[in-house]
Amino acid sequence: MDNDFVQTLWLTGKLASLTTIILLVISLPIAYWLAYKHFRFKSVITSLISMPMVLPPTVLGFYALIAYSPQHALGRFLEETLHLRLAFSFEGILLASIVFSLPFMVQPLINGFSLIPKSYREAAYTLGKSPFTTFMKVLLPNLRESIITAVAMTFAHCIGEFGVVIMVGGNMPGETRVASVAIYDEVQLMNYSTANRYSFVLFLISLVILTVVYGINGRNKNHVGN
Amino acid sequence: MLEIDVKRKMVTSDGDRILHIETKVDEQELLCLFGKSGAGKTTLLRILAGLTRPCEGRVVFNDTVWFDSENHINLPPQERNVGYMFQDYALFPNMSVEKNIRFAQKNRDNEQIESLLQLFDLVSLRKQMPSKLSGGQKQRVALARALAARPSILLLDEPLSALDHEMRQSLQHEISKAHQMLGVLTILVSHDIDEVCALASSVMIIRDGVVSKQGTPSEVFSSGALAQASRLLSEISSLSEFFLGN
Repeated sequence: MDNDFVQTLWLTGKLASLTTIILLVISLPIAYWLAYKHFRFKSVITSLISMPMVLPPTVLGFYALIAYSPQHALGRFLEETLHLRLAFSFEGILLASIVFSLPFMVQPLINGFSLIPKSYREAAYTLGKSPFTTFMKVLLPNLRESIITAVAMTFAHCIGEFGVVIMVGGNMPGETRVASVAIYDEVQLMNYSTANRYSFVLFLISLVILTVVYGINGRNKNHVGN
Repeated sequence: MLEIDVKRKMVTSDGDRILHIETKVDEQELLCLFGKSGAGKTTLLRILAGLTRPCEGRVVFNDTVWFDSENHINLPPQERNVGYMFQDYALFPNMSVEKNIRFAQKNRDNEQIESLLQLFDLVSLRKQMPSKLSGGQKQRVALARALAARPSILLLDEPLSALDHEMRQSLQHEISKAHQMLGVLTILVSHDIDEVCALASSVMIIRDGVVSKQGTPSEVFSSGALAQASRLLSEISSLSEFFLGN
């Protein structure tokens, strides 16, 4: 296997893994908040989080690129205070990927929280437990299936991300060139065998992830049935 | 002494209604809340536990103000030290019987765990997960868990509703034991007049959102059609259980 192939796959895995880990950490409190709290403009917030599911990735990529520009507030702030340039960098595609994949993590978690009977939380509260202890000891363990689904869906979605990455990061080997971009690039160069190798690896990864998710969910349904 | 004077709007099948409960209950009582479905019995328990906020009024327990709408006081459930047994038991599915009970403890106390497991005949089930338990076993675990927190008040929401006649009698005994062991005010919701008479030291009948009668079971049920009608319903329920069981 050539270095370029390994490097691209490594970068793809790194982007998907980091996006999934960061999203899991930030999505758990967001999903908890959206599932249990009632407040004005909740539907607006939910819609904003879900937008990437219907928005063309190029639109999101375009806005990300604009935001990263030093001519605008966020880009200027990052460059002047943190000396960070996000456009056409790994950090840039990571941030865009986090925003783009947010609904794939948040939605299954909201569904999971909503399915946990309210009485579990209330029982924990009457037993003197704080909302944080209740979250860690009661809610989180009973959210296992939803967490597995959310993690798998987010990871699989990130692995195949194309539009956002090419808009924000371009095609820089070792920095922003991920497998989906490489496939497009290799096809343009008529290197079909290399494109096929990338495609087959992505196909396998997606198949394994979905099989694991359906397997776990099916097993849990059988347990409930018993 | 528990002093209650609260108002809360309720949405029922007959339309909106105001629940207005004004009463005092002595410590160490075993009070039964009796009334039709939708009368407000569960709402009252939830208000006492701090799970439902009244529109206005006061709840004071032993000189501690739990709720006072005028002074904007509303202690969260964590600070009221109530033991609440939910209608659906609310056992945590990720914890075994023993862990469910241990979770309720404020400080680790193995001796208390052992005595609760023995008291409720749960020793052989200590490692079982809640999904593997029968209805009666789940109720015993829920009761043991409520007691493990050493509550100041025990609130039991229809603790015996889903059980057959035999199991119900056995658990009546468990509740009575628990009440004696703790020696704290226990308030339970029941629809069964025999159960009320067997367990309660006092009864409160809630009708149309207000307390219509309060006193000892004999005072409340001694006369009138209510006692006869309720007894008849209990008999019919027992007979149907008997015939269906056979």
